[in-house]
Amino acid sequence: MDTTARPTIGRGFRLQWEPAQEAHVLLYPEGMVKLNQSAAAILTRCNGRRTVADIVTDLESTYGLSGLMQDVCAFIAIALERTWVELLA
Amino acid sequence: MSPGPPLWLLLELTYRCPLHCVFCYNPTDFGSVGPELETGEWLRVLEQARQLGSVQLGLSGGEPLVRDDLEIIVAAAHRLGFYTNLITSGVGLTEARLQALRAGGLDHIQLSFQDSTRVLNDFLSSTRTFELKSRVAALIKKYRYPMVLNVVLHRLNIDHVAEILDMAERMGADYVELANTQYYGWAWRNRGELLPTRAQLQHAEEVTARFRERVGAKMRVFFVVPDYFETRPKPCMSGLGRVFLGIAPDGVALPCQAARMLPGLTFPNVREASLGSIWYDSPAFNHYRGEDWMKEPCRSCPERARDFGGCRCQAYQLTGDAANADPVCDLSPHHHLVTEAVDRAERRGAAPAEHPLVFRDHRAG
Repeated sequence: MDTTARPTIGRGFRLQWEPAQEAHVLLYPEGMVKLNQSAAAILTRCNGRRTVADIVTDLESTYGLSGLMQDVCAFIAIALERTWVELLA
Repeated sequence: MSPGPPLWLLLELTYRCPLHCVFCYNPTDFGSVGPELETGEWLRVLEQARQLGSVQLGLSGGEPLVRDDLEIIVAAAHRLGFYTNLITSGVGLTEARLQALRAGGLDHIQLSFQDSTRVLNDFLSSTRTFELKSRVAALIKKYRYPMVLNVVLHRLNIDHVAEILDMAERMGADYVELANTQYYGWAWRNRGELLPTRAQLQHAEEVTARFRERVGAKMRVFFVVPDYFETRPKPCMSGLGRVFLGIAPDGVALPCQAARMLPGLTFPNVREASLGSIWYDSPAFNHYRGEDWMKEPCRSCPERARDFGGCRCQAYQLTGDAANADPVCDLSPHHHLVTEAVDRAERRGAAPAEHPLVFRDHRAG
């Protein structure tokens, strides 16, 4: 994966916090995915301004972890396949 | 066990519709339903539903564009955080209205074909319908919505699936749902004329499979098999009172659009009660929650948590008791009622109609 690419939420999708479900959800036509914490942590950072590398750095410093690159790339690859995110060059 | 929130809110804003589709699932007596909710009442429903945790909003009918406050309702729903889906025939969708809906935050449009038999030839052989649909389709693209088409299939049009798919491709559709008729309301009344034969169904599925192979990923095609041809029932509404809350034009709250027909239940009205008390406390919404209402063979069936016994309305329509297993299930002692209907359609083959089709009309109920 090109770690300088900037992921953003895909067209037609919307990410929001739902108090009733105590979770972030991803909404799309007539459907919804309830996100677990790590998926939400990644997707809320996909704002079209941060690169993949930025997102990894941010997550590692926020959660005091290291070596997240592989996991984040794997998740973003799945999210791309499902069109949850798009990459801006 | 307390139910979760009504994640899916469907507002049937009106039963009025410029079309007269023979397969419509609206109640056949819709002409006698009380006055529609006013704008302020719909907005109050939206606020209350959002507080309960509703997140997906369907705006349907009838034809929702008949309401001239649709733009106000969409904008309010968007501000509240709903994902807004407009389910429309496209009739009345002018550029000015689409622009206003877009500005208000409309997320998604599902365009259905108004294919009634009176316009079937028009529809398939080009001319006016095609032009209207092409115009609306072009508008939908211009405003950067995905192009989602829904076509209801039945005996009279199922042989034209190839033409329907070609038309969808020419329009640049992203998704096409080929939805076989579900037999409620007007469709129930016309069931004998609408049920396809097995050969028709098989042919349509083969055509669809070949089309999918040819177009690949650029267009996704869903083929919804009619449940009469299955041996297990659909998990109707994912279980009544679990995720879906529908509000009829007159404010009656329903656990499924067709549930008005169910006997012995008084469905509450949003004019008289809060949505929270309707969803969590009303007997009508609690009646079919859980499994206490079930009879055999559902009560002891290992699959009851998957399909919830199927559709209550179908059980009632076919067997006279809404608590029976949906007779689509081949474990139901009433399954023969479904297979006999399919056999009758089969024997009729291509013979002409035994009964005239009843077109949806406010006087005909």
